[in-house]
Amino acid sequence: MSILPQLLFLTLLVASGVVLYRRITFLRNTILLGKSESRTDNPSQRWKTMALIAFGQQKMFKRVGPAILHLLIYVAFIVINIEVLEFVIDGISGSHRIFAPALGGVYTVAMNIFEWLAIAVLVSCVAFLIRRNITRVPRLTMPELRGWPALDANLILWIEIVLMLAILTMNATDQLLAERGVAGYIPLGGLIFSSVLAPLFDGFGDGALVITERIAWWFHIVGILAFAIYVTYSKHLHIFLAFSNTWFSNLKPKGEMKNMKEITNEVKLMLGVPTQGVEEPPAEVGRFGAKDVNDLSWVNIMNAFACTECGRCTAECPANITGKKLSPRKIMMDTRDRAEEVSKSIANGGPGLEDGKTLLGDYITKEEINACTSCNACVEACPINIDPLDIILQLRRYVAMEESASPAQWNVMFQNIETSFAPWKFAPTDRFKWADEIKGKPMND
Amino acid sequence: MSTTFQIPTMAEKTAAGDQPEILFWVGCAGSFDERYKAVTIAFVKILNKLEINFAVLGEEETCTGDPARRAGNEFLFQMQAMSNIQVLNGYQVKKIVTACPHCFNTLKNEYPELGGNYEVLHHSQFLQQLIHAGQVVLKGGGGFKGKKITFHDSCFLGRANNVYEAPREIIEALDMELVEMKRCRSKGLCCGAGGAQMFKEPEAGKKDINIERTEEALATGAKTIAVGCPFCLTMISDGVKNKEKENEVKVLDLAELIANDLGLNS
Ligand code: SF4
Ligand code: SF4
Repeated sequence: MSILPQLLFLTLLVASGVVLYRRITFLRNTILLGKSESRTDNPSQRWKTMALIAFGQQKMFKRVGPAILHLLIYVAFIVINIEVLEFVIDGISGSHRIFAPALGGVYTVAMNIFEWLAIAVLVSCVAFLIRRNITRVPRLTMPELRGWPALDANLILWIEIVLMLAILTMNATDQLLAERGVAGYIPLGGLIFSSVLAPLFDGFGDGALVITERIAWWFHIVGILAFAIYVTYSKHLHIFLAFSNTWFSNLKPKGEMKNMKEITNEVKLMLGVPTQGVEEPPAEVGRFGAKDVNDLSWVNIMNAFACTECGRCTAECPANITGKKLSPRKIMMDTRDRAEEVSKSIANGGPGLEDGKTLLGDYITKEEINACTSCNACVEACPINIDPLDIILQLRRYVAMEESASPAQWNVMFQNIETSFAPWKFAPTDRFKWADEIKGKPMND
Repeated sequence: MSTTFQIPTMAEKTAAGDQPEILFWVGCAGSFDERYKAVTIAFVKILNKLEINFAVLGEEETCTGDPARRAGNEFLFQMQAMSNIQVLNGYQVKKIVTACPHCFNTLKNEYPELGGNYEVLHHSQFLQQLIHAGQVVLKGGGGFKGKKITFHDSCFLGRANNVYEAPREIIEALDMELVEMKRCRSKGLCCGAGGAQMFKEPEAGKKDINIERTEEALATGAKTIAVGCPFCLTMISDGVKNKEKENEVKVLDLAELIANDLGLNS
């Protein structure tokens, strides 16, 4: 037998490995454009969060229908990857179904499970295509998805459908060959789902069957390698980043805003509070708040690359529901796109951050961030614990402290707090007046 | 035992050598907002009635800084926080109860990093504890018994701090029939005032958030909408007025419901 297919396979495998490695390095560098932030406390809680939310899909089940469809694809993805292991060994060694003889009946059971999952994926993908394109679920058809995001979402569904059809075709033709006693093909004693396809290929001669089986095999494995690379350019990166994203979740109460240490020291000096024992602020303070991606934390940027663009956040956002421009999903997509743009430019020796553009202004407008009620509905809704609110609040800090360009009514509110110690303009000496109404009055009964 | 309502300040208590059990943090809305002052008074009446050793800061209290922080002015927030912490620590305050979820969140979660460590309770949690301990025995007075009521979760109590049960247990103790809105608990819809929105006009859109929420509350058919937050109270009351339902539907704070029940509302 020719060694050519093996060489070709090996070349493809190594080439995709190299491409993947490069892309992953690029993504890593992009995420590390962000400021450092420590998120490694309480590891046991972190593992638990990851197990429940990423592995266990806990938050997906707030919407049961899509959760079940998604779960089927997710389980299939993990389980069918076991079969990919066999593909790779067969591809390198030139063997065919290397695990079959040793595993015997177990192998047949496993193949049937894979086939069942392949069917489940087919059904789920078709259902998802319908939701996106025919019934047009509102959160899946909003303006921020126009262009590539919508295409990306549909493409992946089609790719999965084609890959699953390839598996089933391969198994059907393989078993026909085995039934005909062609050497090298192992009868597996009944593959329930692919046997349904068998009549389609019954009329084929042995040669045509062999070719069809090989085409399906190659299509599937090349498809999977291509898929692995494609994923890193797509919102489907969440299949990996969901895990790190949930591990590095914010474990504090959602209502707590991050403290700005660099300001604490200044305020302490101003108030004459002793600052000994207080950690020194980092050498370069940089700007207050965030104007561009490098002002955000690396967690914010990782969040952005993990975002699946599902829009559950936006569907729960009170501002978005009532027609304001703000969409938390768009905040995440903008952050990702800007980070990718800057990182690409840096990698190509371009101006990077100094390209005359910034996240705030060129991607996200003040109108959007000003509309946020900091209600945390988006954070609660996100199936993988992404925190759009954290980014919004950092952008607001920049606007308030570096530009003094907050909405006029907020500037009035700031002034009131400074002069009257309340957000409204009341005399501080009137603060306790409410008590006059009842103080000293008799208690009834 | 006093037969008149007393509202001692920390300064008075300290001068008398008495360390009160709790500090009641009134908040800016509780001090100045015409409508919310009634909630402050209702809560103070309950504290008096139950003979709880409490005090307020009176004129020494200032804004926690929450709206400044959410609007992005971290300097102003930290100035406010730090001077409040100086006052609170000066009086060696251990336990704070407040009727404002925004004050609650800030005092509880954001003051510790700036040196202010207290046990902080929202008034619904405090009242829940008193009910559990048998100190508050509700008699189904105030004409609410058996009536339909809905509860609007405040974002800063609910999602921000996972307090969902305390307000509901109070309603249960009042023997009222709780009808939940479709979006409740962790899915509760904001009233539209959080994140310093209270202090500015909303951005352009097709609807105001409080109207969206009020419609949902009215759809439950309940004639009482309970809230636990001064901003929610304002927003939902405005919504009810907008729908011209203010004569049929009452928007009340949890403390007011209890005060009514205990016959303290006159
Ligand atoms: S926190 Fe802001 S962005 Fe998130 S859902 Fe609420 S209003 Fe929308
Ligand atoms: S942030 Fe979360 S909820 Fe929003 S689109 Fe991305 S993955 Fe979905």
